[in-house]
Formats: sequence, structure tokens, C-alpha cells
Amino acid sequence: MIHVLDPGPQTTVQDAGRGGHMRYGIPPSGPVDRRSFVLANRLVGNPDGAAALEFTLLGPRLRAEAPCSVAVTGADAPLTLNDAPTPAWTTLTLAAGDVVKVGAARSGVRGYIAVAGGIDVPPALGSRATYLRGRMGGLHGRALARDDRLPLGAPPTLRRRTVPPAARPQWGGEPVLHVVLGPQADRFTAEGIAAFLGSTYDVLPQSDRMGARLRGAPIAHARGHDIISDGIALGSVQVPGDGQPIVLLMDRQSTGGYTKIATVCSFDIARVGQAKPGQRLRFTAVDVASAHRLLRDSDAAFASVELQEIA
Amino acid sequence: MEVNTRVRALEYLIAHKAVPGVLETVPTYRALLVYYDPSIVGYDVLCGQLAALAEQATTTAMPPAREVEVPCCYDGELGADLEAAARRLAMPVDELVRLHAGAEYLVYFIGFTPGLPYMTGAPERLTIPRHDTPRVKVPAGSVAIGGIQCCIYPVESPGGFWLLGRTPLRLYDPDAPEPILLKPGDRVRFRPIERREFDDITARVEARVFRPVIR
Repeated sequence: MIHVLDPGPQTTVQDAGRGGHMRYGIPPSGPVDRRSFVLANRLVGNPDGAAALEFTLLGPRLRAEAPCSVAVTGADAPLTLNDAPTPAWTTLTLAAGDVVKVGAARSGVRGYIAVAGGIDVPPALGSRATYLRGRMGGLHGRALARDDRLPLGAPPTLRRRTVPPAARPQWGGEPVLHVVLGPQADRFTAEGIAAFLGSTYDVLPQSDRMGARLRGAPIAHARGHDIISDGIALGSVQVPGDGQPIVLLMDRQSTGGYTKIATVCSFDIARVGQAKPGQRLRFTAVDVASAHRLLRDSDAAFASVELQEIA
Repeated sequence: MEVNTRVRALEYLIAHKAVPGVLETVPTYRALLVYYDPSIVGYDVLCGQLAALAEQATTTAMPPAREVEVPCCYDGELGADLEAAARRLAMPVDELVRLHAGAEYLVYFIGFTPGLPYMTGAPERLTIPRHDTPRVKVPAGSVAIGGIQCCIYPVESPGGFWLLGRTPLRLYDPDAPEPILLKPGDRVRFRPIERREFDDITARVEARVFRPVIR
């Protein structure tokens, strides 16, 4: 059992997500930064998709009620064990009563806290992922609250390991996101597309797990901003009447009636979700074949990450 | 309607033939969103397979539709726009109710919020422009019309349709083993109920002992 002493502004239980229900309007949910989530699970010996915690900008303060191992990855945030600094991206072994605290993210937005055995809340439609707007999954369909107690599954064999520093992602700077133009790129003027691909967009604080709201050079429509509603993909870049793009994420609405200028490639979704409010993003267009090649390269690089044993 | 039938037929064929690499599909009025895993199937190969299936996508390709009876209490308290809609459509309230409940509706697709059905089927006389300013909060269960469409709001949400009444059924129940009541392709009929029956069904839904009529 984990005792939540302080939940942080928005900490949810997430697992690999619930696929197959978007035709009923239920989004997949799951971690915005899947690789950091997977690495946190591997560090504590869990299967890649085990339920862990996702925090947002500021982490929680948690107390172990029994010995367990945990790992924190994702956003770069100060981490303490009983008030003493301790490394992230590394297996931590806790004794009963130990308190782990994650501070404010210096870079990145979402961090992951995996606990050996996984968070054992009841699955909804086969998944423990929290879908906040639909009050589904996770702990009673909501974010963690003070004094919640999180049940844990049976822990795997303990191995203390760390993610090599070179394999830890960096979230600062001005990320350039790969997009495939469409499905409604023809509904924008040439100037509108040039603005989208040629300028920077600030991440707004209203961004959440549903979508990242951006602000920058307005993207001009050629013939109105409404379409007959169609499906919204992960990474769809919706442009409503004000010309400001929204990148749709894990808890997105399944369908919508605004024009979509492009789709952010799946391997860049984490970089959208890890960009802090005020951070700037750029977009660069690739064709489908190049996007798939980049995806294979990106998957191969991740597959080559090997955790290092530590004493 | 014809385009939407082909969309749903194509979706059915993709699921039925278990096309390799397809992860899930989302039908809408005139488009089908197909999620696929590019490590299993390439874009061009998949497009070719889908185009071939689209040729066969007709009504006859699909299993028969379910018919779902949705009890609805048409009253001014539960349907805040009932009287205004009747005035706007220049007909008495009971004529509006008779026409709305007398029609059969087809669920084109589910979207926007979990379980929200986009339907048509109302007689032409019930065509009504959407509200200029959408309501910020529409109560869950509201049965509403806008344009030529009819919808039921599964959860409290914003909405621009005219609210005619409310169903005690839950179109989305996150804690139920089957959280979604209506599915794409369902045929829906509204059964007018009095306030007493509305309250009675509400209590039984709450206690999880009410079974909706589905044929």
C-alpha cells in the first residue's frame, strides 16, 4: 500500500491505455510520454504496461506502508527520499514508513512513478488508465487526493538498476515536431500552411491530457473552419476559427467538427506533452513514408536502451 | 444516409475480416478513421485492402440493426426548450412530442463525449436551427434536436441543441461492465413517459436493476 500524503496538482493512475473503444467515444488515455512510463516500470521489474502514476508539473509526496521499490522518470524534477536528494531514473528501495517526494519540474511536464507490482486498482474496460473527463478507470475515475491509499500487486524480484544518462530524454529548448499534413490541409491558404510550418508556437497553460493548446501566428483558413465531423487521431492538429492550433492527446474527444491541418507523428507525441507552458514548438512536414522510417529508427533506438545494474 | 451506411458497412467488413495491422476504427457521417500499426502493415498495402473492401461495403454486408427503446419524459421541467421549440416550429407541444416520438432514428455514429449518439430520422417539420449560443451545461440524459439531427447527451456537457425532454437511461455509465448503451447503426425509438415513470426508472437505473428494451 502507498499512502498519498500530498497528491500534487494532477496525479493519475495510468497504464498502457484502453484501446478499441473510440468508436463509442471513449479515448485510450494512458501515459502522454509512453517511453518514460515504460522505463519507470522496467526499473522496478514490472511489465511495460503496468499501472503507474503520472504527475503533472509538480509531483506528489508518498509514503510506503510496507517495503517496496519505486522509480521516477519523465519530467526532470527534484526527488527526495526522507528529505535527502536521491536519483531519478533509478530503482529506489523503500522501507516501511519511507517518504518519497517529487518537486516541481525543471523541464518537462509529466513524470512517472512506478511501484514494483503495479498500482492494483480495478480495471475498467480492461484498463487501469484514468480518463478524467469520463470519470473512468484509475482510482474511482479521478486524480489522486490526500490520504488516498494505493493497493499494489505482487512485487517481482528486486533488481536495482538505472537508465544510462545518455538514454534519458531532454525536454528543454525548442522542439521541432514532425507532422504529416492533412487530412484537411486543403482547407487552409498557402500563407496559413506557411505560417504553421514557418513560425514558433507557444504552449498555453490551458493544455491538458485532452490536448496541447498553442498560440502563435494565426493559421488562415481558405473556406471556413467547420467540417462535417470526423474522427480525431492521436496528434491531430485542429485549427478552430481563431487560427490557433490544438494538438490532440490521450484523452481527446473521438470526433470533432474543426479542420485538421496535420497530424503529429506518434514518436513526437511525448515532446508535445512534455513542453512546458510558455515553451516554444515548431512543426516540420514529412510524408508518410519518411514518417514511418523515422518511427522505425526511433523504435530501434528505444529498443537498444539497456538498463545498467547498480550495487 | 447512404454514405454513412457504406462507412458502417466498411467498418463491419474490416472487423469481420480481421484485416492485419488494423487496431481500431471510428466511424463518422462520411468518413472512417482507421488506426493501424505500420510495423505490421504498410500504408499503401492497407489503403489497397481498404479500397477493395469499400467496393463490397453495402447494407447487405452488415448484420441486422438492433432496435433500442428509449423512454423519454417530454416536459418543460426536464426539457427546458420544449415549449420554445414548439413555438419556433409553429405547432402545439403535443404535436411536437407526437412527431418526435413517432419517428425511428438511426445512430450514424457515437462521438464528442462517451456514448453520445448522432442520429437522424425526425420528420422534416422538426428541422430547427441550432441555438446561436450553446448552453454551457446541458443535463445528462437530455433528448434534443438541432438541424435535422437528434441526440441524447450522456453526460453533463455544453450543447447547442433544443432540449425536448429527458431519458432516465444512462447512455454512459463508467462503472458498468458495458458502459455504453447505444452503438453505431442502432435504430432508436422514443417512448413518451410521464414524470412518475421517469422517477421510477431513474431509481431502478440507480439500483442497477433496470434493463432497457433492446430487440
